[in-house]
Amino acid sequence: MKTKKKERSSKSRHKPVKKIWELRLYVAGQTAKSITAFNNLKKICEEHLAGQYSIEIIDLCKRPQLARGDQIVAVPTLVRNLPVPVRKIIGDLSNTERVLVGLDLRERSFAV
Amino acid sequence: MKKTRLEPLKKCPTGIRGLDEITDGGLPRGRPTLICGAAGCGKTLLAMEFITRGITQFNEPGVFMAFEENAEELAVNVASLGMDVKELIRQKKLAIDYVHIERSEIEETGEYDLEGLFVRLGNMIESVGAKRVVLDTVEALFAGLPNEAILRAELRRLFRWLKAKKVTAIITGEKGDNQLTRHGLEEYVSDCVIFLDHRVTNQVATRRLRVIKYRGSQHGTNEYPTLIDENGLSVLPISSLGLTYPVSSTRISTGIPRLDTMFGGKGYYRGTSVLVSGTAGSGKTSLAAAFSNGICRKGEKCLYLSFEESPDQIVRNMGSIGFDLGKWVKKGRMKFRSVRPTLYGLETHLVSIHKLVEDFQPNAVVVDPVTNLDIIGDTDEIKAMMTRIIDFLKNKQITTVFTSLTSGGSTSEQSEVGISSLMDTWILLRNVETDGERNRLLYILKSRGMAHSNQVREFILSDDGIRLQNVYVGPGTVLTGSARLVQEAKDHSQEISDHQTSERRHLELRQQQMVLDAQIAALKAQSEVIHREMKQFTANGRQKTNMLRQQKEELSRIRKSD
Repeated sequence: MKTKKKERSSKSRHKPVKKIWELRLYVAGQTAKSITAFNNLKKICEEHLAGQYSIEIIDLCKRPQLARGDQIVAVPTLVRNLPVPVRKIIGDLSNTERVLVGLDLRERSFAV
Repeated sequence: MKKTRLEPLKKCPTGIRGLDEITDGGLPRGRPTLICGAAGCGKTLLAMEFITRGITQFNEPGVFMAFEENAEELAVNVASLGMDVKELIRQKKLAIDYVHIERSEIEETGEYDLEGLFVRLGNMIESVGAKRVVLDTVEALFAGLPNEAILRAELRRLFRWLKAKKVTAIITGEKGDNQLTRHGLEEYVSDCVIFLDHRVTNQVATRRLRVIKYRGSQHGTNEYPTLIDENGLSVLPISSLGLTYPVSSTRISTGIPRLDTMFGGKGYYRGTSVLVSGTAGSGKTSLAAAFSNGICRKGEKCLYLSFEESPDQIVRNMGSIGFDLGKWVKKGRMKFRSVRPTLYGLETHLVSIHKLVEDFQPNAVVVDPVTNLDIIGDTDEIKAMMTRIIDFLKNKQITTVFTSLTSGGSTSEQSEVGISSLMDTWILLRNVETDGERNRLLYILKSRGMAHSNQVREFILSDDGIRLQNVYVGPGTVLTGSARLVQEAKDHSQEISDHQTSERRHLELRQQQMVLDAQIAALKAQSEVIHREMKQFTANGRQKTNMLRQQKEELSRIRKSD
């Protein structure tokens, strides 16, 4: 499996200022946890960030050297590189509420 | 028939001075070892030394996973201890990874594991072919990750995984309140636990190391003093010496000819301990300097440990009584080490003395004064320390002179630190104050195994060294100093006047005799005269009779009588 998977939705919401959400999901192999995490992430992004996000999946089993850069200890870890500041969410992302808080989307989703 | 023997536990030598002796060869190979202790006790240093020495001495590459400092900081911190971490990284023998978790950046949702950590560690181990791994300190994860249940499960898995990788690992852990580590790591790492301590007593800190447990191996169980210096960590297993040191019957000069005479003409036994005790200003340091001067003059080496004066001051002061110690320092025969006792704890002193002796290999050691150590420990501790120093030095056949200050009030036969029983020879110096002056006395209180003088000698410091003088022992008195001189002069004049008196008397008698002789002569003359007179008188009488008779005859003839 190619570990890079980029998804970008062309549909944009009625928000004039566009922000790109650069997300990275670190996993270690095709485990149940990583698949759950990916599915959860996909769902949340589609719901809240449609058209403004990119997800890069990094499988540490294949590219272990990448773990150092983002200080990955736990997997799965979701890293929000953009917008700054960097945020990290660990776990299988099953708690949507907390993912939104973690991505700083909670207030935003109310505002939108 | 072949007997199958269980192979004993393999050891992984640390290369750290002393630690391998205590652990009987090193840490358990292929197993994790827990090193715990409070902040600042040297955990990271020990771990780093384990790795760097593993590379440089045993050619076993290592991995250092730091949770508290980054690679750059680590490299700088241990550079001062002679470890060139960057060079080792360049040679691909060492890999350092800094694992940092910022709690505020992290949100936790649902299930996760620490595979990321495993991946990083595994990657590093493979990249350098590591045999040794350090996790310093893995407990930092507890602060970064909120789910303790997951963390504990993962740590358990981590240690199993390390064992499976067959690497020798050191896990460090901060000391907890009622347990060895704050988060109970000892539950997981139970093969070997080493405890480091940095204790402060009387404002002086001492490092100690103790092996709390070591499965499958014997180990020293005491607390061992530990020292961190420019060469890294050293542990000294010094309490383990027995009373089995070799003894020598060769003698070594005291540096003062007259004092040698008092020790049967030859001086101290080589390899014994000598105590010189006395009150302030009684000449202890001078006696010690005389000894070290004598040692150096014979081409041997002397180590001078001063707790009171700086080397320059000692050299200058001893120059004033004719001992040029500076010359020996230049020739490399003499080495001074002057530190205040309060610089560090007793144990650390002990360790540094050990190191100095190992490095310098002296034939004699002077400790001046040993009583200054009582600022940093109580009598029992000092006695324990002295026992260890003496045992250690005796084992090496090093003659040691300890000076000991006796305070004014106490009896001079009692040394301050209770070490007199440990000493083979004890020289006592005393100040005697009489007639408005102070004089120094010296005598030998004991000297094991040799005939020694029981006489008190006066101890005189002069421009050309130390002289020992007989004291004046008169009827009922012992006099020293000018009193002795006065008494001697008095005796002398008495002698002279006695002599004069007897001479005069002699003359008088002679005169009397002569007078008598003269009288005798006069009387004799007189008697001669009388005698002659008597003779004369008799002769005259006879003549007269004859004449009378002749006259009578004449008369009758004239008368013609018939």
